[in-house]
Amino acid sequence: MSLQDFWDVFVLGVVLGSLYAVIAIGYTLVYGVLQLLNFAHSEVFMSGGFGGLIVLTVVVPAADPSGIQSAGYVLLGMLAGAALGGGVAYGLERVAYRPLRRRGAPRLVFLITAIGASFFIYNLAGKIFGRNASRMPSMYENKTLFTLFGAPINVTQALVVVSAVLMLILVDFVVNRTKLGSGIRAVAQDPEVASLMGVNIDKVVSRTFVLGGLMGGVAGFLYGTTTQVWYTMGFLPGITAFAAAVLGGIGNVRGAMLGGMVLGVVEAMTVEIWGDAWRYVGAFAVLVAVLMFRPTGILGERVARTA
Amino acid sequence: MAKTEQVAEAGGNVLEVSGVTLRFGGLTSLNDVSLSMGRGEILAIIGPNGAGKTSFFNSVTGAYLPQEGTIGFLPRAGGRHELRGCKPYLVSRHGVSRTFQNIRLFGALTALENVKIAVETRQKTDAVSIMLGLPHARRAERESDRRAHEVLAFVGLEGRLNELASSLSYGEQRRLEIARALATGPELLLLDEPAAGTNPTEKRDLEDLIRRINADLGVSVLLIEHDMKLVMSVADRVVVLNFGKKIAEGTPGEVQRDPAVIEAYLGASAEEDAAAVADVVAGQAASGAAEGEVKGA
Amino acid sequence: MSTVRDSKGRERVPSAASLRRVRWYQEARWKRLVALLVLAVVGAQVTGVQGTSTDIFYALGENFTGTGIWIWLALCVGVWVIREFLSEPVNRGWVASRDRVSQPVARVRGVWQADPRLRYGGGALLLVVLILLPLWLSTYWQQVMVDQIAIFVLLAIGLNVVIGWAGMLDLGFVAFFAIGAYSAAFWTGSLPVEPPVVLNTFLVIPIAIVTCLLAGVLLGAPTLRLRGDYLAIVTLGFHEIVYLAARNWTDFTGGSRGARMSERFVIDLGFWRFEWGLDPKPYYWLLLGFIVVIIFLFLRLEHSRVGRAWTAIREDEVAAASTGVNTVRMKLLAFAIGASTSGVAGVVYASKVAFISPENFVLLLSILVLAYVIFGGMGSIPGVLAGAALLIWLPEYLRDSVDPQDRFMYLGALLVVMMIYRPQGLLPSKRRQRELRLAEEKA
Repeated sequence: MSLQDFWDVFVLGVVLGSLYAVIAIGYTLVYGVLQLLNFAHSEVFMSGGFGGLIVLTVVVPAADPSGIQSAGYVLLGMLAGAALGGGVAYGLERVAYRPLRRRGAPRLVFLITAIGASFFIYNLAGKIFGRNASRMPSMYENKTLFTLFGAPINVTQALVVVSAVLMLILVDFVVNRTKLGSGIRAVAQDPEVASLMGVNIDKVVSRTFVLGGLMGGVAGFLYGTTTQVWYTMGFLPGITAFAAAVLGGIGNVRGAMLGGMVLGVVEAMTVEIWGDAWRYVGAFAVLVAVLMFRPTGILGERVARTA
Repeated sequence: MAKTEQVAEAGGNVLEVSGVTLRFGGLTSLNDVSLSMGRGEILAIIGPNGAGKTSFFNSVTGAYLPQEGTIGFLPRAGGRHELRGCKPYLVSRHGVSRTFQNIRLFGALTALENVKIAVETRQKTDAVSIMLGLPHARRAERESDRRAHEVLAFVGLEGRLNELASSLSYGEQRRLEIARALATGPELLLLDEPAAGTNPTEKRDLEDLIRRINADLGVSVLLIEHDMKLVMSVADRVVVLNFGKKIAEGTPGEVQRDPAVIEAYLGASAEEDAAAVADVVAGQAASGAAEGEVKGA
Repeated sequence: MSTVRDSKGRERVPSAASLRRVRWYQEARWKRLVALLVLAVVGAQVTGVQGTSTDIFYALGENFTGTGIWIWLALCVGVWVIREFLSEPVNRGWVASRDRVSQPVARVRGVWQADPRLRYGGGALLLVVLILLPLWLSTYWQQVMVDQIAIFVLLAIGLNVVIGWAGMLDLGFVAFFAIGAYSAAFWTGSLPVEPPVVLNTFLVIPIAIVTCLLAGVLLGAPTLRLRGDYLAIVTLGFHEIVYLAARNWTDFTGGSRGARMSERFVIDLGFWRFEWGLDPKPYYWLLLGFIVVIIFLFLRLEHSRVGRAWTAIREDEVAAASTGVNTVRMKLLAFAIGASTSGVAGVVYASKVAFISPENFVLLLSILVLAYVIFGGMGSIPGVLAGAALLIWLPEYLRDSVDPQDRFMYLGALLVVMMIYRPQGLLPSKRRQRELRLAEEKA
């Protein structure tokens, strides 16, 4: 691999990685408050893709849009993705998880519910929207903006990276600086004490799901613009993003960001070296290696309870 | 005391702990704790809540990994096992077993099954011979049944064999947990607040049980207890922890008179006579028993 | 705290909820109505027409304007009205009918449980019926009995050891099924690579068991000390890697073109030779034999030191370890036993369908098997048998009225509903049921 190839691949990896980072935050936040692997988060991501697709199919005309219109479409698509993603995440928490949480069900029960919910949601999407992939209407002309170390960066790539970085900053701010954030951190530390201190756990958990869902939804929309939108699109990115969350240290928001970036680059390199067929093997191999040698991830876990 | 001399004759220590320090983040839970325990001894660890008593147990049994120090277990057969960082199941196999402050039985299994699990950790029958029903597997099963009955009779639960562990009374659950710990045939038994939540009758039975475990089975007993009456009557020696540090050690009488101990319990230097202190301490114990301490890992 | 008087003039302390101002739409009653309306909308989509990717609004439009949504709305509003306004007479009738039924049921159950001979007799009778069953069925249903029910029952029994007894969530279970099937293909010389010797399919079974055992140990040894949900994701990753290997390692597996099996099960005693051919019935009996033997062996295991240690680990791993149970080793044992059962199923499956491709071993199958085990009742062998048989039979039976593509949607919903309302499953194991109850009492 020449240096030039390396940079090309690296850019691809960073684009992919910033999406993984945003999805991984959804896993890590929920894991923080519930110690639950929200298996259905990949379906939240998929819903975001369809949210954007639905709205843009209605709104975007066939003709080439002007610059300001393009920006409007992109924003609209993000909002739609966020809305549907957040909505699905909220519904998931209300319908599937809250009854179990109230009852104090064992973790295995939570996990199975999550898997069931995931299957239900993506197959329902397949049923409603058909089982083939759909392309997003073109919102802008995807030309090369500039080159970085000789690697060309197009509009979509710039869009993905910039919006992902903005979202990461936003989440970091929410978790560390706001009242909701302190609620999330309190519940992650110890839900019993948090509830004694007057934190409404139901509300915090529900909002954590929604926050993760909003991020996941936008990520789904962005992913949809880079490739296509289809009903099983959430599965592999979902697993990779979970691997990213574990890699960074589950429960740790900044860790999830770092983990996402690393796995994105690893994936791009894997594809470059061994071909597209082995795309996800690299991520899994990294995951297994991390779990074996450093189960707390790169930046360490932020999960107080170990029992 | 006659008992102590007898211990000295039997020779040697069963547990030698030196310089154990355990930190959680910035919090030092155990600070340079050293103690040794003679074979056949009943040693009590007391101290206010949060003094590090349960952390000490967890360090000995491998649930926690102290950053510094050594914990040596010296079995009767000779040799020395380092317990620091030893896996919990290996600690048990070396001959050290424990009970938990907040009873941790297998609630969905019967009393008999709970004890059988412990007996069977010493058996080596493999899965294939069990599936094929080979004679030695059947023999092992009968043997574990017999031994479990024996241990349950020893703690006085022979009438409750087939009750679910979760349906037993509190005192019975405590005894069942002790039976489970004994069933592995330990040389050293760690009891974490066995009297917590029991009524006076059960307490007397427990006192008697601890003595029998010590005298009849020859098991050394390390005991965390808040109930001073129980400690004073069964313990040969007492170690006092406060804020993770050992502040006193000696016979129950000596410890009771130690000014450092009095200060630890009262939070101020006190000149009161020992009897008054003992009362206060007992009062503390009653309130302390209700509160939970750090859960096992 | 101030006190208020209720309608009968007694003093009572007001609850927090009554002190908070609750608007009419915040009352539980109206919230339930909203929930039911949402259910109606989702239900109409679930049972509606199939959408198409060329017009993503087609299904939405049809389902919101068609009759389906009105039926759903009527149903849900009806349920709401009965629940909110007519609950008392309905409840009374329900309780009365339950009381009428419960006594005879309890009596029958008592007689059944009192006499073990009765149970053995019942089991023997069931076995005879099962042996004779294919003689009454059409060839289509005979095929279903073998390819689907018997194979999946075997898989479910294996997964039950892992999830039901040892309490670990293994999502990569079907990977071992694939390994078993590909071992069968390899050792019968059906893959692009030549095996050292070509073996009779019966001889492949022990080889497949050992291969899966080794694969299980290799995967399990580093990962079984992980937390439950990490294990789930790692096993899932393992499955994905095995699947990708089967698809992309064309030189060895034949890739996505698949492999045609060149050998079948044969008994050749020189003077008498029997070959398992196209007729499904001999396969059915062979599988039934395997299933009965395996159940017999596993039941022994469940009621031995191994089964008890598994229960201990499931209930309280910390207490189990400090009692001296080697938790990692016991989990590994369960994992390996499950894997090898799956491998046996793989060998028989490969030999029966005579053609395997990576698409026979997709992740969905793992989830299917999981659904069977959970629906039937984790940890309970009769439950697992009933669950697998029922959940395979039902979609087959309904295949003309319900789109087979929707199968996984309904299964997903079923898993969620089961976990919320009956986590112990259809025919629960006693231990499991108690555990779930204890866990919930503690919370």
